[in-house]
Amino acid sequence: MKELIQKNKLSVAILTLPLWILLYVSLEPLTHAIVYSLLSLPQNEHLTNAIYFFIFEVPKVLLLLTLIVFAVGIIRTYFSPEKTRSALEGKPLFVGNIMASLLGIVTPFCSCSAIPLFLGFVEAGIPLGVTFSFLIAAPMINEVAVVLLFGLFGWQTALLYVSTGLVIAISAGWVIGKLKMERYVEDWVYKIKADHIAVEEEESSFNTRIDRGIDAIKDVVGKVWIYIMLGIAVGAGVHGYVPENFMAGIMGKDVWWSVPLSVLIGVPMYSNAAGIIPIVQALLGKGASLGTALAFMMSVIGLSLPEMIILKKVLKIQLIAAFAGIVALGIIIVGYIFNFVY
Amino acid sequence: MNIKVLGPGCVNCKTLEHRTIEALRALNISATIDKVVEYSDIASYGVMRTPGLVIDGKVVVQGYVPTVDNIKKLIQSSTN
Repeated sequence: MKELIQKNKLSVAILTLPLWILLYVSLEPLTHAIVYSLLSLPQNEHLTNAIYFFIFEVPKVLLLLTLIVFAVGIIRTYFSPEKTRSALEGKPLFVGNIMASLLGIVTPFCSCSAIPLFLGFVEAGIPLGVTFSFLIAAPMINEVAVVLLFGLFGWQTALLYVSTGLVIAISAGWVIGKLKMERYVEDWVYKIKADHIAVEEEESSFNTRIDRGIDAIKDVVGKVWIYIMLGIAVGAGVHGYVPENFMAGIMGKDVWWSVPLSVLIGVPMYSNAAGIIPIVQALLGKGASLGTALAFMMSVIGLSLPEMIILKKVLKIQLIAAFAGIVALGIIIVGYIFNFVY
Repeated sequence: MNIKVLGPGCVNCKTLEHRTIEALRALNISATIDKVVEYSDIASYGVMRTPGLVIDGKVVVQGYVPTVDNIKKLIQSSTN
């Protein structure tokens, strides 16, 4: 039996899909049954609303996350930093920034690999500005954030986040390129001479790609499920108990300083997207404005203090400051635009 | 046989090291295992994703943690 499954991973994966769909569509009636029939909680009370929200949203987001992380895990087996690097070699500045930002979304990346990747790009002569477009897009536009935005806010907000994230990555990288900051990279970086030995690609049968997808589920979902539960629990509390328009005075669109302030608070916060997005979603219902909420989430996810400390190993402080400043400015502009439009 | 585990000390790097030791023990092969932690040294192997595994100077793994069985196969194919 086990061997049979090993050989036919694709069929197993395809057969699991209807089960997934069945589970997903029965979440709402199931929650309804649990909350009102099984627990027989009174309708339209704060506590009931909070419990309903929690019971419904946690499995929904986890189901979505499992599916998307699996799919992204498989898609990423078709990309690698090596391929991305050769695709970017010799590209002119602006085109390079666009390509780097797009590839940043699909290329396998974790913040622990940021330095080796940076060194690999610089060593191959990829311009600094193009490298930065990649380094900005890769963490900011990640599958966990997109799934949570899609699940809790709807596809419009998810799309908005991805597209504005791309614009920020492209333009911030372009500006850094124009500023000619190459001399603010640590000197030893330019002395590295890497062997360009062909690294053997892992045998890429579809079975191993599916294995990578399952690894991604174990890795990502295994890491973030607790934050999702905590975030949604806090969100549920906010939904049930915080009065309407409570946030309007701090995060409302008429408060001009709310956008820069939320970025200022967001940057040093290293909560992962999984914990922060459900809380922001709940605040949005209490009078916070979309632009401010978006700016806050982008600064939490896209700009993190630990990442900057890691980058200190290869970049001088001036370049780190320029990088953080330009991205923060981009996020603030996006926040204002959305507060103005909506 | 010389094996190098490339990585700045993240969880994955440690897992890779443990699994490599386990694979060697299972195969009853003795080898020296070096840890390469400096970024400049990691980069000089052309590796852009950690963790990385180098067997006798050849990069065989980068960017994922293979299973013990897979490491066994990698070791065996480089002894041949």
